[in-house]
Amino acid sequence: MADTKISSVHPAPAQLPDGRPPKPTKGPPALGLGGGLRFLWTQLTSMRTALVLLFALAVAAIPGSLVPQRKISPIRVSDFIAEHPTLGPIYDRVGLFNVYTSPWFSAIYLLLFVSLVGCIIPRVRVYAKALRSRPPGTPRNLSRLPAYAVAEVPGGNAEQILAQAAARLKEQRYRVIRDGDAVSAERGYLREAGNLVFHVSLLFLLLGVAVGGLYGFRGTSVVITGQGFSNNLIQYDDFSAGAWFKDSDLQPFTVAVSSFRAKFETGNVQRGAARLFEADVAVTDSPGGTPVQQKLEVNKPLNIDGTTVHLIGHGYAPTVTVKDGAGDIAFSGPVVFLPQDGNFTSAGVIKVPDGRPERLAFEGLFLPTAVLDDQGPRSVFPDAANPALFLNAWSGPPKKETGLPENVYSLDTDGLTQLKDGRGDTLRIALTPGTSYTLPDGRGTIQMDGWVRWVKLQIGDTPGVAISLGAIGFAVAGLCLSLFIRPRRVWVRARRGQDGPTLVEVAGLDRADARAGLDEDVAELAAGWSGDTTGKGSSTR
Amino acid sequence: MNYEYYSSLALVASAVVYMLAMFAHAAEWAAARRDVADPSASVTAQDSARELVPASQSAPVAAGVRAGVAEGAAPTTADGGSGGVPPGQRMEMFGRIGVALTLVGFALSVTGVVARGLAAGRAPWGNMFEFTTSAMVFVVAVYLVMLFKSGMRWLGLPVTLLAAVGNGLAVTVFYVAVAPLVPALHSVWFVIHIVAAVISGAAFNVGGLAAILYLVKKRAEDRGTVRGYLASLPTAKRIDLLSYRFHAFAFPLWTFTVAAGAVWAEYAWGRYWGWDPKETWALVTWVIYACYLHARSTAGWKGTKAAVIAIIGLASFWFNFVGINLLVSGLHSYAGV
Repeated sequence: MADTKISSVHPAPAQLPDGRPPKPTKGPPALGLGGGLRFLWTQLTSMRTALVLLFALAVAAIPGSLVPQRKISPIRVSDFIAEHPTLGPIYDRVGLFNVYTSPWFSAIYLLLFVSLVGCIIPRVRVYAKALRSRPPGTPRNLSRLPAYAVAEVPGGNAEQILAQAAARLKEQRYRVIRDGDAVSAERGYLREAGNLVFHVSLLFLLLGVAVGGLYGFRGTSVVITGQGFSNNLIQYDDFSAGAWFKDSDLQPFTVAVSSFRAKFETGNVQRGAARLFEADVAVTDSPGGTPVQQKLEVNKPLNIDGTTVHLIGHGYAPTVTVKDGAGDIAFSGPVVFLPQDGNFTSAGVIKVPDGRPERLAFEGLFLPTAVLDDQGPRSVFPDAANPALFLNAWSGPPKKETGLPENVYSLDTDGLTQLKDGRGDTLRIALTPGTSYTLPDGRGTIQMDGWVRWVKLQIGDTPGVAISLGAIGFAVAGLCLSLFIRPRRVWVRARRGQDGPTLVEVAGLDRADARAGLDEDVAELAAGWSGDTTGKGSSTR
Repeated sequence: MNYEYYSSLALVASAVVYMLAMFAHAAEWAAARRDVADPSASVTAQDSARELVPASQSAPVAAGVRAGVAEGAAPTTADGGSGGVPPGQRMEMFGRIGVALTLVGFALSVTGVVARGLAAGRAPWGNMFEFTTSAMVFVVAVYLVMLFKSGMRWLGLPVTLLAAVGNGLAVTVFYVAVAPLVPALHSVWFVIHIVAAVISGAAFNVGGLAAILYLVKKRAEDRGTVRGYLASLPTAKRIDLLSYRFHAFAFPLWTFTVAAGAVWAEYAWGRYWGWDPKETWALVTWVIYACYLHARSTAGWKGTKAAVIAIIGLASFWFNFVGINLLVSGLHSYAGV
């Protein structure tokens, strides 16, 4: 889509598409439907339109980096809408929260690619023709070309000189033909080839992205250390897949997370910054297979038969044991709490639906390094230096099992009453590992046994990625060819003067700008026949 | 030995020395004002001098620019000089001082960056401070290569200005103490992706500076008011060509930078493209420079308009670096400021 694209604009057709000569009319000639379409196509594939579309693409991509995007940070989007009650819905309607899938953004890049195709096809044809054609004929007046040099060879043989010129130019990888009393040479065909390869590669890049979008899938799963994940739809916390993805495409592997280590900066510089995340996992790549111990780290995903497993997050799960009013253990085990900030102040819910006579529920915060001050309970460091659990409690009559799915991270307080302390205030429970709390009125006890870490695994497959990667490789290579190859034409003419010396004229023309050295090359070539050359020229015209 | 301390010391010193170099080049620029008494005479003298250079002698074109100006300008000012040192010589003297100071500043800034790497025990581009100081090393290195290869001292003023501002901002605003990297940066791509970004960024910056000079010179040429320092710049056409070469070098490398970033993102975050603000702006910058390359070969967009696009591209590059790092939160929030 560079250089000569402007020439792909068709001249106004002398005949209408159906062959009739145009009617003599005043004003602009009527184009008819075919002509109109052709006009549109011409406009769309013109370089100017491509430029405008490129600009439009750049501008259209910007809002997505400044306005929160639903796909990247849904919570920030809902915060934004809550903060801007008038602006939010307007933004929503014009798709500013989903810029990169919005109709207008898609329209721009699709038009750009149509324009690209419309530009490539004619150029491939022109290039194919140019490859088969001979270097151009020799201009009559060589001294008018941008670079020109003359050498006088006393008693030289014109034929011999031209043969020498041809040999020398061939050495410099020119394509050479004999043209009357001159030699015509051209080189740099790869420039246009590189240009075309680059632009075709962009199409393949888009194809790769499309394949990944249609056949790929990606999901995440929170796995508590000591537990595992098996690649089955029901084990995902969230899952998105392309239109042509089938559930049966999921490989039946399991990943058991035996341990997870995290280290954080304890020095004064960047205190609390992450320093190490490392999980030990056992991978079983098919049912009944032998588990293989592997290490899973950031930047080092697992690859299980083409499906990648990334370590993308971690957090804390306090382990608790809850005894109900009857004195029986109604719940025991780790509960995943979700981090709310960089210091892993984590929020979560402990549900005890099996408590009798009353079911119980707890909601609150897990703090790995707890501090309780006038800002309320919060964590001041991401590692578990002083873990504590702060909870409120609810109780209520047992609920009928409905089988409806329930969010494990939020508490539906319907049918539940919040427990109060002796003075009628909200009951606040503070637990550290090994301590327990007895609920008022014999409703039971809750004990914090300790805590474990959980990891968030991302499981996904993007099938088109190899196509995209290859396309990028070709694109960069093509780009280099199209920017660094110098197409050049050189002519050498040798004429025997009357009884005098043979006059050797050398002229050159660069067919892409930004090239230097034309004068030097032409002068050097001329100097090959005579140390004394005269010439004129400027480096570029 | 405390590498971190010496690194900071060297970088602060380099910012100061670059500033002095800039003053010297500014003085060179100012001295040129008196050099050329009659602007029209200088233009024709310079241009005709270039036209008359025989093909075989015009090889060191850019070097010839400097020499040609010194020779061409001297006669016009010999009579009307300010007495004492002829202005042509003063200009040359300030220019040489500028280059000498730039060399000192460059040595200091290389020392600073290397010492920083030793202090951190890794490649010195893990945060905004380190990236800026590394990028300035490459910017000045590119300039110095061009200076000694083809005599482009006329780039001295803008380049030393950029280097002084860059290193100055780095040591004052962006500074963070040495710290290890977060796990997401523990990758071989940390070297590949960022070195490519630094080098292409340096080339974009020098190319952008040339584009600005092109606009200034072009305007003067169009108005026929080429005088003073502008007369000693190459012709607008040549500056444009040079600017293009820098961009042509930087663009494939920038393409590679973005692609390498995508590969790394696939390893680190499990997706190769996620419209993270930094990714988005890298693409925006890429598209703008693609516009520049296309504009240069489109009738009606050559020259001034293309140069303006190049400058917009540079602005976008800088916004991606400074604006996105400091204003917008995203996965690339490694500024540490």
